[in-house]
Amino acid sequence: MTQPVSPPRDSITDKVPQDRPTAWRGLLARTDVRTLSLLGVLAVLVLIGGITKPDEFLDTRNLQLVLTQASVIGVVTVGMTFVIVSGGIDLSVGAIVALASVWATTVATQEYGFAGILFTAVVVGVGCGLVNGVLIAYGAMVPFIATLAMLASARGLALQITDGKTQIVTVPSVLDLGERDAYILGVPPLVLVFAVVTVIGWLVLNRTTFGRRTVAVGGNPEAARLAGIDVRRQRLYLYLLSGLCCGIAAFLLIVLSGSGQNTNGNLYELDAIAAAIIGGTLLTGGRGTITGSVLGVLIFTTITNIFALNNLQSDVQQIAKGAIIVAAVLVQRRTASTT
Amino acid sequence: MTEITSRRGLLFGAAAVSAGALLTGCTSNEPSDSKDEPAGNDQPAADDKPGKPVTIGFAGPQADHGWLNAINDNAKKRAEKYSDVTLEITEGSNDTAQQIGQIETLINKKVDVLVVLPADGKALTQVGLKAMRAGIPVVNLDRIFNTPQAYRCWIGGDNYGMGLNAGHYIGEKLKGKSDARVIELAGLDNLELTKQRTQGFDDALKNYPNIKKVARQAAEFTVESGQAKMAQLLQAQSKFDALWNHDDDQGVGALRAIEQAGRDDFLMVGGAGALSAFQAIKQDDGVLKATVLYPPTMAASAIDLARALGQGKGIGGLAEFEIPSSITLYSAVVDKTNVDQYMPTGFR
Repeated sequence: MTQPVSPPRDSITDKVPQDRPTAWRGLLARTDVRTLSLLGVLAVLVLIGGITKPDEFLDTRNLQLVLTQASVIGVVTVGMTFVIVSGGIDLSVGAIVALASVWATTVATQEYGFAGILFTAVVVGVGCGLVNGVLIAYGAMVPFIATLAMLASARGLALQITDGKTQIVTVPSVLDLGERDAYILGVPPLVLVFAVVTVIGWLVLNRTTFGRRTVAVGGNPEAARLAGIDVRRQRLYLYLLSGLCCGIAAFLLIVLSGSGQNTNGNLYELDAIAAAIIGGTLLTGGRGTITGSVLGVLIFTTITNIFALNNLQSDVQQIAKGAIIVAAVLVQRRTASTT
Repeated sequence: MTEITSRRGLLFGAAAVSAGALLTGCTSNEPSDSKDEPAGNDQPAADDKPGKPVTIGFAGPQADHGWLNAINDNAKKRAEKYSDVTLEITEGSNDTAQQIGQIETLINKKVDVLVVLPADGKALTQVGLKAMRAGIPVVNLDRIFNTPQAYRCWIGGDNYGMGLNAGHYIGEKLKGKSDARVIELAGLDNLELTKQRTQGFDDALKNYPNIKKVARQAAEFTVESGQAKMAQLLQAQSKFDALWNHDDDQGVGALRAIEQAGRDDFLMVGGAGALSAFQAIKQDDGVLKATVLYPPTMAASAIDLARALGQGKGIGGLAEFEIPSSITLYSAVVDKTNVDQYMPTGFR
């Protein structure tokens, strides 16, 4: 399961742009079989949706809906991908989203309006990431344990702040952002944010020293250290980045649901990890792509959408979802090893 | 670590500290004109005159959502009303083992009566039995124990009745409309109570041959899931006449999705009885026209029952000398006509 089954040229480490071919050929080369097989899975899903519910599924509104539903978990997954590529794990993402969303929607915060809510959500996210990062990088704690502790305490703090109550957002400018009127050329602002985060994430991972260091740390931390990379500081930055993504996602969730609740972000950690893994990110670190992770998120959201449109119940949904995860991974491994 | 004390690091640190200072001011949840009064109605209890002092032990689950929070509030406020009642309330817990420990502590303290809302009714049956054997009568609140031997009195809501009343309300509203289409936004499907609510709803709709339930999706009692599932339902059903949503908390999200989709061509009935739902019903400017109660005031009634048990009395209005062994509360439908009466019981 953890063995890289693909030829080594798939891995990002080999793409250090020394003598880079032309942009277009480079893009083709980079679109590895994994990504293609994910696109294939997505195409099959679109086909199923189109056949079973042609009117409801193949509809602009439905496309907007699927992308909107994908944006919150999508932003979290981008951050998670970086962490996993570096050989770490962040189990606290759901709890951080919950904490950031309730902290940003308290009566006191709402008095500061749009900016106050956005600022609080992002700062709380980054703050939690900072704690995670310091514990892991400088406290030498195992990421699993450190972020598990964060999961527990952030959820607890979220509960303490809300007292179990649902905090309804009354700031009009925040609510308006989630309405149809706010769509820019038919694109919901939430989706726009998701797209921007994805593009930045892709650029950072593939085109910057930071990205190459992340891959190096995940591939072989000792070699990375010997090569002069400050592994600890890199790790700190990565958990900060994941926290930042959680803060942004929390703000998106506030806009989407018009409220903050301590139950927000339930099991996001599993959804994000699952999407990253389906997308071809190695759980042991050293390899992973933003494109793959985002496709993973889109596959999950599309599945949920098709199930709901066909009025399938939760039990069937869960069974089928599990089966599809296994199928997607198997198909990927097959296509990856035969080419 | 030494590099962190660079100027950039210092600047960042200073920014972080000031952000922190600003943020800590933001955790407050008290509205400036706070009027925090969710609990109970003011109907006189069985016997308001002070009697024999009673110590009541109260153990509930962790109040992680509005309804459970209201349960705790109702119990506390009701106990404060009686000069002869001392309430020993435990820190709520969802962990079965921990809740058992808490109840055993209350037994050892020799409280006069126990009120228990179990995190899991079946799992806490043994400790209920233990209390009863120790001579401490138990009032079992809502989530029922496995055996009647474990409680002296059970009081709780009616999930089947919730569905039934929601179905009848919708049925009456859509009377005479041919080929009426109804959809259901259910709660967490893992819970038995969700099945009971759906069963009641379906049974009620059978009385109205003109109505067909065309879709059902289960959310998770959270705002987030309510928004997500409702958005999908709206996309799936371009036209329907009524919606029953099991829970007002997830209803906040459902209403948000309805607003985002710009739909207003149907009537919506909620469930549980949250303050936000009552307010929306009163304003009457959206799709939400009614909600079916699952009243958190049952905790106040449980305190009344416990007090009556401790003082060896029955309850007023009934001929018997003792309190009943089982009380199922009615799931009233709250709509515009009677919402004012229920407003004080709404929870947040």
